[in-house]
Amino acid sequence: MSVDLSQFHQVFFEESYEGLDTMESALLNIDLSELDSEAINEIFRAAHSIKGGSGTFGFSEIANFTHVVETLLDLIRSDQFVLEADHVDLFLKSVDCIRTMISALESGGQCDTSIADELKKSFNTLLDGEPVAIQTADDAQENQTEPKSVGSGWQIYFKPDTDILRTGNDPVRMFRELAELGEISVSAVLDDVPDLASLDPEACFMAWNITLLGDADESQINEVFEWVVDDSELSIKLIGEDDTENNDALATDELEGAEREGISTTSVESDDTQEVNIPESAKAQTAADEVLPQKEQAQKLVSNAPAKKENKPESVSIRVGTDKIDSLINMVGELVITQSMLNQLGKDFSIESMPKLLEGLEQLSLHTRELQESVMRIRMLPISFAFSRFPRLVHDMSKALDKKVELILLGEQTELDKTVMERIGDPLVHLVRNSLDHGLELPAKRLEAGKDETGKITLNAYHQGGNIVIQIIDDGAGLNEELILSKAVENGLVSPNEHLEPEQIHDLIFQPGFSTAAEVTDISGRGVGMDVVRRNIQELNGSVEVESKPGEGSVFTIRLPLTLAILDGQLIRVGQQVYIFPLVSIVESIESQDQMIHRVSGGCDILRLRNEYVPIVRLWDIFNVEAEYEKVDDGILVIVEGDNIKVAVLVDDLLAQQQVVIKSLQENYRAVPGVSGATILGDGTVSLILDISGLIKLAGVGRDAYKKISESDDTEAA
Amino acid sequence: MTDSKDARLNQMNDELTGGNIDEATEQYLTFFMGGEEFGVNILSVQEIRGWEEITSIPNSPKQVLGVMNLRGTVSPIVDLRYCFGIQDLSYTEETVVIIVSVKTEANTKVIGIVVDAVSDVYNFSQSQIQPSPELSQTNQAQYVKGLGSTDEKMVILLELSEQLIADTDVILNRQLLAS
Repeated sequence: MSVDLSQFHQVFFEESYEGLDTMESALLNIDLSELDSEAINEIFRAAHSIKGGSGTFGFSEIANFTHVVETLLDLIRSDQFVLEADHVDLFLKSVDCIRTMISALESGGQCDTSIADELKKSFNTLLDGEPVAIQTADDAQENQTEPKSVGSGWQIYFKPDTDILRTGNDPVRMFRELAELGEISVSAVLDDVPDLASLDPEACFMAWNITLLGDADESQINEVFEWVVDDSELSIKLIGEDDTENNDALATDELEGAEREGISTTSVESDDTQEVNIPESAKAQTAADEVLPQKEQAQKLVSNAPAKKENKPESVSIRVGTDKIDSLINMVGELVITQSMLNQLGKDFSIESMPKLLEGLEQLSLHTRELQESVMRIRMLPISFAFSRFPRLVHDMSKALDKKVELILLGEQTELDKTVMERIGDPLVHLVRNSLDHGLELPAKRLEAGKDETGKITLNAYHQGGNIVIQIIDDGAGLNEELILSKAVENGLVSPNEHLEPEQIHDLIFQPGFSTAAEVTDISGRGVGMDVVRRNIQELNGSVEVESKPGEGSVFTIRLPLTLAILDGQLIRVGQQVYIFPLVSIVESIESQDQMIHRVSGGCDILRLRNEYVPIVRLWDIFNVEAEYEKVDDGILVIVEGDNIKVAVLVDDLLAQQQVVIKSLQENYRAVPGVSGATILGDGTVSLILDISGLIKLAGVGRDAYKKISESDDTEAA
Repeated sequence: MTDSKDARLNQMNDELTGGNIDEATEQYLTFFMGGEEFGVNILSVQEIRGWEEITSIPNSPKQVLGVMNLRGTVSPIVDLRYCFGIQDLSYTEETVVIIVSVKTEANTKVIGIVVDAVSDVYNFSQSQIQPSPELSQTNQAQYVKGLGSTDEKMVILLELSEQLIADTDVILNRQLLAS
C-alpha cells in the first residue's frame, strides 16, 4: 500500500512558503529587550511543520537543516539560550536559505546545500556546550558515516500516548518499518493495561521494548517514530550501553507470553501477536533493500541534473475565505430558482404571462451580475500579500545603507485582483528601494536638516472609484530637480534652454535610461529603473506619478484598475467593425464643427477643444478599415486620454456601454498594436478592445510631435 | 518463461497490426485547396466548422482573416489557401474552417485554417510517406512534411507551424520599414 506522495508536493511547497513568511515576519517583529514567548513559539511551530513536512516527503536536505534551526529555537523557547540581534539575522538568513532550497525543489532542480552547510556550522557553534543538541545535529549531517551504529544493534523503549491509535498511527506499522532495518524482536510492556471491564478498546495502554539487531543508524530509527515522537516516551540506546535494561526487557518478554492470552480480545493486541513474528522473514530482504535506495538515488541524480531550471513557477492556487464561497453558493441557488421559474413559464407560454417573463429575465440578469461580482471577489486578495515582503526588505537594506528607517503599512486589507497583485510586486519593490536609496538621507544629514534621525517610509493602499491607489511616501530629501534637469540635458532628453514645470521635471525620472545616482550601487542606480516601473504599471492599465517637495520627501502614486478580467467598455462602430474603448479612458464625446478643426502642415488635424489642442486620429485610417464617414465633420469624435496625451478619435457611431470580459489575443495569436485584448459580445461575435496608448503610438502622435503641434498652434492662435 | 510470454505478446500484436509491427501508421485528415488534396495529422485537429463571418484584426497581414469565438477563447483564422498562393479565395457552401492546434516553443496555439472542403481520413504508414522534394525555398514549402501516396492518389501532408501567424511579423515589419 504505497501512496504517491508527489501529488502533495505542491501543497507542501505552498505551506512551507507560508510558514517561512510567518517565521520572517515574526522574526522581524521580535523585540529583543522584551522577548515575547508567543512569537518564539510561532517561529518554532512554523519551523517544526516545515521539518515534519520535508521529512515526510523525503526532502532530507531541508529536514536536516531545519532540524538544526529548530533545535536552537527550542533552547530559546525553554529559556536555555539568550536570543541576540546576531541570532535574529542568522535565523533570517536560514529562512532565506530554506526558501531557496524549497524553490529549487519546486522547479524540479536539486537544492544547493552549500549555504545551508555554512549556516549549520554557525548554528552548531552557537549550540556548543549543549551536547544533546550537537549530537542530533551532527548525526543528521553524518548519518551515513556514523561509526558507532555499525554492527551491533539498538534497544528501543517506546511508550506511546494512549491516544496514538485515534490519531491514525499504528504501532504495528512502525514495527514493520523497523523490521526492514534489521532483525527485531518486540516485547510488550503491559504494566499499565487495566482490567477488561475498565478497558477503553480504542486506547493504547501498552509500551514496547524493541531490540533491533543490524547496522541501522539512529536517524533511520528516528524516522520511523517521526510522527509520534512528540506524544510518546521514546528512548533509543545502543546495545551494550546499558546491559541491565536489556535484561529487563528479556524478562518482560517472557512475562508477556503468559499475559497475552488474557488481553488478546482487544484488536490491537491480536494484531500485534501476528506481527511480532515477521522479522525473520524480513531479514533476508533487508540486504536487498539496502542496495536499492542507493540505486534509486543515483538515478535521481542523473535525471535531476539536466532538469535544473531557473524559472520559478507562479503560484497556481489561492486560498479563499469560506464566507466568499458561501455567498457564491447562495447566489447559484438563487440562479437555479430563477432558471426553474423561467422554465415553467416557457413550457406553456401565453402572451398574458409576458410581464412575468420580463420580471424573470430581470431577476436573471440581476443574479448573473451578482454572481459575476462574487466570482470576481474570489480573485481578490488583501494587498498585505504584496506588502508583506517589505519589512524584511527594509530591514536588510537599511542595514546595508546605514540608514535608520521606520516602515509604516496602511490599508493592508485593501483588496486587489490576484493577477494584478503578482505583477505589481516588482515595481513596488523597485519604488521602495528607490525611496530608501535615493529618497531618505543618512541619519547625520537628517539631524542636520532638523528632522528625526529615523526616516519614514509609508506604504498606503486604498480604493478610489474603480481604482486601487498605492502610495509610497518617504520623508526624505525629495527629488533633486537641478540634478535631474542637468542629467536630462546631458542625456539629451531635454534641450538646455527649455523651461520645464516642476511636475515635468519630476516626470523625467520615468524616461528610459535615466538615473541620477552618482554611482551604481548594489541597490539601485543602474538607470533601468523607473521607466521599467512605469511600463510595467502601464501594462496593467495603470499609471504612476510622482510628487515631490525639496526637503520634505516625495510621494509615488500608483493607480491600478481593480481587476484585469472585466472592464467597463464603450462600444463604438467604424463601418462594419465594432470596437470597445475602456470607459475610464474616455474624457468626452463630441460632434465636431468645422471651425473647431485646424489643419496643420504634415497632414495632422488638430481639434480645438475649449483652450486645448487635441490631435485627431482617424480610426479607419490607422486600422485600414472601411468607414461610413471618412470626414471628421460627419462622424463623432471621442476624446480619449492615455499616457497623459489626449487624442480625438474619429468613429462612425457610439453604441452601448457595457461590461466586457477581457480575453487574451496573445494566447492564440499575438499582440496587435493598438489593441489590448478582445471580448465576446452578447451575440457571440468577437470585438476588439482598443489600447489608447497603443493607438497614439500607431497614429504617430508622439509626445514631441504633440508638444510641437500645441506650440505651433499657440503661436498661430496668438 | 518470460521468453515464451514475450513471444506470445508479439504474436498477438502481429495479429492486430497485420504483421507491420514496426511500422506505425498515422491518420491524416485530408482537405482540398485549389483542387489539390492536402492532409494534416488528425491528432492536431480539434474540430471542423462551417465558414461564418469573423472579426477582422486591424493591420493584420492578408492571410490572417481575423479572429473567431471558439467557445470562449479567441482564435485567429488563417486562409491557408492564401498561404499556398491559390488564386480562388471564394467562400462557398463547402468552405470550412479546420481548427488545429499548433505547437509553439512555449505552448500550443489554436488556429483555424480556411480550406475549400474537407475530404477524407487516410491511414498512412511510414513507408507510404515520402519526403517532399526540395523544389524551392518558397514560403509554403516549410509547411510540407511529405507526400503520402495511396493506391489511387497522392496527398500533400502538412506540418503546420506558428509561422502561419508569425510570418506576419516579417510582412508587417517590411511595411513599417517601407512607410
